[in-house]
Amino acid sequence: MGSDIQISNLRKKFGGFTALNGIDLTIAEGEVVCVIGPSGSGKSTLIRCINLLERFEADSLIRVGGVPVEAGRNLEKVRADVGMVFQSFNLFPHLTVLRNVMLAPMRVRGVSPAQAETRARALLARVGIEAQAEKYPGKLSGGQQQRVAIARALAMDPKVMLFDEPTSALDPEMVGEVLDVMKSLAGTGVTMVVVTHEMGFARQVADRVVFMDGGVVVEIGTPAQIFDHPQHERTRNFLGAVLNH
Amino acid sequence: MELIDTFFNVPVLIRTFPLLMQGLWITLQLGVVSIIAGLVLGLALALLRLYAPVWVQVLAKIYINFMRSIPLLVLLIIIYYALPFVGIRLSPFMSAVSALSLVSAAYTAEIFRAGIEAIAKGQFEASAALGLSTRSMMVDVILPQAIRIVIPPLTNNCINVMKDTALASVVAMPDLLKQATQAQALSANPSPLIGAAIIYVLFLWPLVAAVARLERSYNKADH
Repeated sequence: MGSDIQISNLRKKFGGFTALNGIDLTIAEGEVVCVIGPSGSGKSTLIRCINLLERFEADSLIRVGGVPVEAGRNLEKVRADVGMVFQSFNLFPHLTVLRNVMLAPMRVRGVSPAQAETRARALLARVGIEAQAEKYPGKLSGGQQQRVAIARALAMDPKVMLFDEPTSALDPEMVGEVLDVMKSLAGTGVTMVVVTHEMGFARQVADRVVFMDGGVVVEIGTPAQIFDHPQHERTRNFLGAVLNH
Repeated sequence: MELIDTFFNVPVLIRTFPLLMQGLWITLQLGVVSIIAGLVLGLALALLRLYAPVWVQVLAKIYINFMRSIPLLVLLIIIYYALPFVGIRLSPFMSAVSALSLVSAAYTAEIFRAGIEAIAKGQFEASAALGLSTRSMMVDVILPQAIRIVIPPLTNNCINVMKDTALASVVAMPDLLKQATQAQALSANPSPLIGAAIIYVLFLWPLVAAVARLERSYNKADH
């Protein structure tokens, strides 16, 4: 399975509210795309559609590595190859940090416990939390929990990583440690889609930046294009409001 | 002294003690088998009620409401006295176990359902995003957390099942209550009844206290 993402005519309604109104977006293998925009613009809904945590309208199409994302037998395979990091971490509170990272490789990939543990410890070392491996998530700081969540997703060797506002629930002093881990992932070949309010991160790490508003993609471009020469009034207004503080 | 001779007649109690112990043994068997059957059936019902196709969910809900509405004694008498007319003959033990576990399953299902629904949506989403199968999600992630939540109400339900085993005496089951009423008749003295009551209370009291303790410690942990 490849790791490119093709999204065509993506539409999503919540009752009478149209959250996504015809999104077309192609993301290349290994590309890092940051999605920015005001709250309620549909950016979280967009990435939650990529692994079908949100169902979308029937005439919409998403392919990951050429495989259509749809309910059915393929879905678990697609999800196994698409890692996700949530705003609220969503670690399993009844399992130790180590077990959190080991669970999916053992259950989904059939990896032996010994192999899963070796790999989990290596990943925890990579995100700088090997010392907390035997603790329960509740004993860790928010920044540490989010780094465990990243390790948990990486344990599945995902082709694609989705980040849904990964630093929005963190205390300010912990944002940096999580962004550092994410930076170290960029350029390793994994395709990354990052919904974020961290404009510095987007400018520095993204290959392309997507600006969304009102359920549509308003503007796509390199960080330089979007941040220095935004073409649309709405992009300018948003960046003006976000960056002048 | 007359009161003590009537209700706490020691010679009568000593004479009938073996009978009461036999009855207690039957009561324990009835209770334990019904509790285990009720737990297994109840968990299955809860999962059907939450995740099965809609028409199965509706059937599960009807079953649950029916079993919570029918008086246990009525159900037991129907199973023991009415079913033989359609060729279904269950022993007193099986009749009592059936009635107790069918009803217990309905209550257990509602307890499990509440426990599962109390688990944060993010736990389901994280499991799904990792590619876990529905089975693995339930076994590895959701149920271990839900069971912690439901232990106090489940223990409460177990206490109720244990108490309700006394109804089995009406279908000629020689349980603790039945033995006590027979011993009372034989000795023309109500002391065995008092003895039975004391035995029920002595062995359920620790469970009742345990539930109270669990609920207190869970409440503390939440704050």
